[in-house]
Parts: sequence; C-alpha cells; structure tokens
Amino acid sequence: MDIVSFLIQCLNSVQYGLLLFLVASGLTLIFGIMGVINLAHGSFYMLGAYLAFTLASLTGNLFIALPLGIVLAVAFGYVLEWAFFSYLYQRDHLQQVLMTYGLILVFEELRSLLVGDDVHGVPVPALLDGALPIGNDMTYPVYRLIISAVCLLVASAMYVVIRRTRLGMMIRAGATNREMVQSLGINVRVLYRLVFALGVALAVLAGMIASPVSSVYPGMGGQVLIVCFVVVVIGGIGSVKGALVASLLIGFVDTFGKVFWQDAAGVLIYVLMAVILLWKPQGLFRAG
Amino acid sequence: MTMMTHIPILQAEGLTRRFGGLTAVNGVDLSLALHQIHAVIGTNGAGKSTLINMLSGELPPSAGRLQLQGQDVTGWTQHKLARHGIGRSYQRNNIFLPLTVRENCRLAAQSRAQRAWRLWEPAQACRTSRALADEAMERAGLAAQAARLASELAHGQKRQLEVAMCLATQPVALLLDEPLAGMGAEESARMLDLLRGLRDGHAILLVEHDMEAVFAVADRITVMVNGTVIASGDPAAIRANAEVQLAYLGEEEGAHA
Amino acid sequence: MQPNSSAPPSPSLQDLQDVRRPPWLAALGWIAALAVLAIAPLVLTADSHKFYIELLSKVMIMAIFALSLQLLIGYTGLVSLGHAAYFAVAAYATAMLAPEGGPGNGWLLMLGALGAAAALALVVGALVLRTRGVYFIMVTLAFAQMVYFVFHDTKIAGGSDGTYIYFRPEFNVLRERPLTVNDPVQFYWLVLAALVVAVAALAVLLRSRFGHALVGIRHNEQRMRAAGYATYRYQLGAFVAGGVVAGLAGYLYAIQFGFVNPEIASWHQSGNAMLMVILGGVGSLAGAVLGAFSFVLLAEWFSTLTRHWQLLMGGFIIVAVALLPRGLVSVPAVLRQRAPRRRRNGNAQAAAQASDADARSREAV
Repeated sequence: MDIVSFLIQCLNSVQYGLLLFLVASGLTLIFGIMGVINLAHGSFYMLGAYLAFTLASLTGNLFIALPLGIVLAVAFGYVLEWAFFSYLYQRDHLQQVLMTYGLILVFEELRSLLVGDDVHGVPVPALLDGALPIGNDMTYPVYRLIISAVCLLVASAMYVVIRRTRLGMMIRAGATNREMVQSLGINVRVLYRLVFALGVALAVLAGMIASPVSSVYPGMGGQVLIVCFVVVVIGGIGSVKGALVASLLIGFVDTFGKVFWQDAAGVLIYVLMAVILLWKPQGLFRAG
Repeated sequence: MTMMTHIPILQAEGLTRRFGGLTAVNGVDLSLALHQIHAVIGTNGAGKSTLINMLSGELPPSAGRLQLQGQDVTGWTQHKLARHGIGRSYQRNNIFLPLTVRENCRLAAQSRAQRAWRLWEPAQACRTSRALADEAMERAGLAAQAARLASELAHGQKRQLEVAMCLATQPVALLLDEPLAGMGAEESARMLDLLRGLRDGHAILLVEHDMEAVFAVADRITVMVNGTVIASGDPAAIRANAEVQLAYLGEEEGAHA
Repeated sequence: MQPNSSAPPSPSLQDLQDVRRPPWLAALGWIAALAVLAIAPLVLTADSHKFYIELLSKVMIMAIFALSLQLLIGYTGLVSLGHAAYFAVAAYATAMLAPEGGPGNGWLLMLGALGAAAALALVVGALVLRTRGVYFIMVTLAFAQMVYFVFHDTKIAGGSDGTYIYFRPEFNVLRERPLTVNDPVQFYWLVLAALVVAVAALAVLLRSRFGHALVGIRHNEQRMRAAGYATYRYQLGAFVAGGVVAGLAGYLYAIQFGFVNPEIASWHQSGNAMLMVILGGVGSLAGAVLGAFSFVLLAEWFSTLTRHWQLLMGGFIIVAVALLPRGLVSVPAVLRQRAPRRRRNGNAQAAAQASDADARSREAV
C-alpha cells in the first residue's frame, strides 16, 4: 500500500471514528449521568439521516436543513425525556433494555409509515462537492474533510463545556456520583433533560452530516447502536475522553480491516473488544 | 488473662494499598490471635474499610504480606481465603433477603460441601450444609427465627444473621465490620454477649465505632489515623496513650472517666 | 439493593408470601399444560389444522429458547442480550452437518448442534463474565452481533442467503425402523418431548446445590464470594448450560424450518427472547413458557391486523413492562393484592412498617 492510499485510509478512519464519537458520546453521557441504558439511541442517528433527507428535499439546501434539524432534535429530545425516559431512571436495567427495545420498534415502524422503507441518498451540497488532490493522481472528497472538521469542532465545544463551564462540572459530577449531585440541590430533573436533549442532538447531527456519505436506509440505527456499545465498552462508561479514543481506535481497525481483509471486516472490531476485555474489563478510562 | 498463650492465626505485615495517588493504608502490621478479640478503631477515612477488604481478599494489597496460620496467602482471592478459614461480616446487611434464615445459613455453609457436579442431588438434602447452618444459627442466637424470611427480621436480628452467615463456613478468623451498626442499647448488649461467646475457638478482628463496646470486649486495640497505625496494645494502654487521646478520643475522654 | 443494578430486583415481600403457595399447585399446573399439549394433535386432526400443529411446534421451540434465557436472567442474574447467538450457531451447525443426499442421524446432528452452542458459550462466557452490569449487557449483544456478521459476511453457509436442510433427520431408537419426523405431527411429538426434557432438566438443575448457588449469586454475589464460592465458575457453568438449551431450540428450529439464515442471530431475536422472559415473569420456569406462548401468539395476531405490526408490538412491550414488571405469572398475585389483602393485613402491615422505619432511622445515625 503506497503512502497516498495509506493517507486516504487514515483520513477515512478519522472521519468514521469522529462520527462514531458524536453518537457514542451521547450514549455514554446518558448512561453515565442518568444510569439509563438506551437501546433506541441508534434510532436518533437514523432520525438524523432521515431528517436530512426530508428537510433537504423540502428546503433544497442541506445548510438550512442542518440547523433546522438540530433545533427539532433538541425539542424532540426534551419532550422524549419528559414523556418517557424520566420514568426509566428508577427501573432496573432489564426493564430499561426492554422498554427502549420497544421504543426502537415504534420508531422503526413510524419511519416506515411516514417515509417508507426505501433507501435514499442525500446530495452533497454543491459548495462542498469538490475534491482535493492528494499525491500525484488521487483526490479526496472535500465533504469528508468537512465532516471530520465539524466533528472536531463539536468535540472541542464539548471539551470546553465539560471542562470549563459550570454545566460541565455538574455533568462530570453527575457521571461519578449521582446522589451527591442531587443532595447538592442542583435541579437534577432539568439537568437530566438537558443532557438527554444534548445526547439526542449529537446523534441527530451525526446522522445528518453523514447522510451524503453513507446512504439513508432502514437498518442503519441498529448497526450504529451496536458499534456504539463497543465504543462504550472499550472506552469506559461515562467517559467522553474514552469514547473519543475508542471511536478513533475502532475507526482505524474497521477501515483498515476492510482494506486488508474484506471477508472478516465486520468481525474485527469485536475481536478488538474481546482483546480489550481480557486486558481491562472496565474499559480504558474511568468516568468523568 | 495476662498469661494467655498467643497463637497467631492471621498476620499482616506492612500492608499497603494505594489508589492512584492516594495511599489509603500505609504499612500496617496486624496480628489476630486465637481466643482473642482484636479491635481496630479510627476516625472516618482512617483506612479501616480498606484494611478489612485487604484481609478478606476483596482488595489485593499494593505491598505487604499476609499469612494465615503460617501459610503465605498474599494476593489470594476472597473465595480462596474464605475456603481456608477466613470469615467476613459486612457493615451493611449483606444477606439474602428473599430467603429464610435457615436457607441463608445453609447456602453459606454449602460452600464447605459444594459438590457442584452432583446435579441430581437436591441441595436441601445436603446434610453437611444443614448441620453447619443449624450450628451457626444456634451460636448466633437465631435458632428460633430459622423459618422466617430474612427480610422480615428486625434490624438487630439481621445483624445477627450477618454474623451467623459468617460462622456458617466454620472459619477460624472472623473479620467483623461494624457488627453493631444501627443497633439500639438492648440489641448491642446482646451482640456483645454473642461476640464474647465467639472468642473461644476464633481469632476475631472487630472494626467498630462504638467506643464503649470496643473497650468492653477487646483484648487488644489498634488505632489507625490516615492509613497508618499510631498505637496498638491492650485497652488500658490505649486509653492512656497521649497520641490516641489527641487524635481520636479527644473530648470523649472526660465522658468515659 | 440499589436501583439501576443490572440483576432484576429480588421479589418483594408481597410476592414471596404468594409464592409460598403449596407446591402441588405448581405441579398441577404443569401437568395440566402438558396434558393439553399432548392432546392437541389428537384433537386437531383435520388437514386445515396442520397450521395450528406447526404453530404450536414453533411456540414450544420458542419456549425452550425462553427457558434457556430464564436460567441466565431469572436464576443467575445475568442479563444476556445476545442469547440468539447460541440458538443460531446450533441451527447453522445442524444445517452444515446435515447430509445433502438423504436424512441424517438425528442424534448425531443434535450432538453437533449442542456441542457447537456449548463451545461458543464457553468461549464467549469466559470473556463476558469478566464484566458486570451494563457492560455485561452490551458485550453479550456485541458478541452476538459478531456471530451475525460471521454468518452474514463470510462464505460460511451461504452468507446472507442462508442454507437449506434438504431432509429432516431420522432418529434411531432400539434398532427398529428409525423414527422420522417428516410429518408435522411426528415432529410435534419430538418437540414436545424436548420441551418436557428441558423443563425437567432445568428443574433438577435448580434443585441441586449448583442451582441453589446460582440463585445465591443472583441475590448477592459478594456474599457468595465471601462464603467461599468461586462465583465466576458458577456463572460460566450457567452461561454454558443456557447456551446448550438455546442450542436445543436452535436445532429443532433448523429441522422444522429447513432453512437457516443470519437473521436468526440478529439482535431482534435476542430482544424477543428477553421479552418472552420478562413478559412471562422473571425467575420462574413457568413464566418462560408462558411468556413464549404469549409472545408468539401475540405476534401472529398482530401480524394479521396490520403490515406495521411491529408498531403494535413495540407499544405493547412498553406498556407490558411498565404495568406488569413481574410478568404474567404475577397476575394472580397482583389481583389478590388489590382487595381483600389490604383489609386483612392492614394492621399487620402498619406494625411492620413502623418497626422498619425505626430500624432505618437508627441505621441512618
């Protein structure tokens, strides 16, 4: 493999890893702070993709669709937490798993009813539809670089919020000691609602910006969910830093795996997970 | 009492435990002798829980040695130590709430006769575990409650069950973590009688906050502050020790007189 | 017991008082159910009834599957979200080992299927049992997904297209003419026999020292370790046993359907199994069987109502888990709790609550 192809695969790995990070960070935050395991998290990613498709078709412009989608996602997350997830906090994991499993079925069928089961594509906005030359005779799509850039921007914003603001402090405290946060008189209900809405928004954003690159299809929610589980297991529950490291690791293993060993590509990340399990069953990083 | 032979059962040398940058227990030497109650006292955060977790095998020590009846058992897992004669009771009730008192003890005792491969034999037919359970309940004073559900017991009885389950495996060393926690005066007195009765045939470690109780039953007291031992000796010596008074007993000294 | 622990909560005091009903009532229930199942093919003899016979076979196979998961979730406290993997591996083993030219040896195929399931469960169990709580749930799902990908992406057994079993196997018994299961009724008897064996085997297992230890681990793993049990080994044993029984279900499924494809390892399959267990009632063998029957029949009914039956199923799952967390087997207890109980035990409960509150306030000091 020559250096240019290697570089291209590295860029792909980073792009996939960063997208995964957006989705997985939401999942790990929701679990770390509220203690809820949410199987329907993948559905938010799917929601993002289908939102991009419908809004872009309606408005004709992905740039308008994006902020609109985010606003809708935050509102949706807020309402969903209030109407459904707030009842899950006191239940044991088995019940949470099943109720969110039921939620997946509901989301999938609603999607089927409203938008149908077809596979769709979302066009790359004309402005970003270029290609950068790499090496002598290869090019790399500008849009993929934009995806990575957006994800990095969001990741940096998250870092700033979590490490430098009061909200972030509460989030970190909540991830390590839920009862303490409550006894400090912080309005836990609003905090939870915000965190949940944030988690949903991250997944939706990821689904939206990824849609021009990976097609929009019915099973995408389930696929991304399980990979997110692998990210959280490797990275450590509640740890955003862990989610980042694990996502990038998976990005590289998966991308290069598909290049060198097509048949077993889907399996490699699970092998990675198994290896990490042998070495560090609690994940690479601790919460907070 | 002064001419009692000292038969060491469990000996800890230089036990240390670090959690990242924090040293919770630093170079603790401790010896449990047969027919003796050795109490460990200290303020909150002194490292008592970490110490007892290391002695029972729940936490591996970062440094130091542990010897059980002459054998080096450093780093052994909890269940291995339990099978070789270490019993542990917990500060918070760690019993099987949905089961009866008898079944609680029998299940604990079953670890002595696990025979897991004999799948066709009903567990309830296991005479060894039943006998050990009956004996443990008897010693802990719970024989009358045998058929009651553990969840139905009063708090003091639950603490007795906690001790009974510890006894069910016939350990030689008993590590008791605040057995008096949450008990009223009457229940405490009963528990202290129980502990005195257990002295015979066991080497007992007693971690406790209740000073009156400690001075009433202990043959030896070790005082810990910030992870290290600042004094160790018989109750009279400890009471007179200036450092201990400063660090721990403080104003309470006047109350005890 | 903290909220949000992964193991389902131990039954409450009320439940236990009801569970202490006479044991002969439970035995009677089993015998009655068995009688009904045994009589069914003798009653449903018309050609049009074949559909029901096959449906009942399918239900019983799912019951075996649910029983295997109940051992893990309800008795050992291991919430395994990837149990379909063992079902699938056994089904695939059956398909791959079955000869193409004629009927295979039913016993050997069963051995192969169960062996494959046991081997996978041993390997996966050894790894996943290093984790606890939510991690455990996630890694079990992840490993099942790995199995799915192995069957879906690789050329083993036809990839996403699946593989066929062309001839149903024969069973040699006592050197006579081998028993065939080509007829739906003959197959029904085989499945019924398997179900009876599975229930009996699990009942014996749970009655043994091993079984009691599993229950202890579910209620309080820390205490079991403190008592001297190597809990990892017990959990691994349970995990493998659960895998083997799931394998039995997978084997029968492969024979009935004659076709295997990667979807049987999907997480929908795992989720459905878990649903059957919680729908029927966690911690009860009867619950698993009841849950399987209810779920399969419900799914059949929903699918006749609308193409988007999964919407109904999803909604049903949410409502059922929310309203009946202890499952269908708790319905008589829940009903009994509503009226007379409150009058009778009013005073006793008040007294119990008072002394409990006393103890708790002292503990807080």
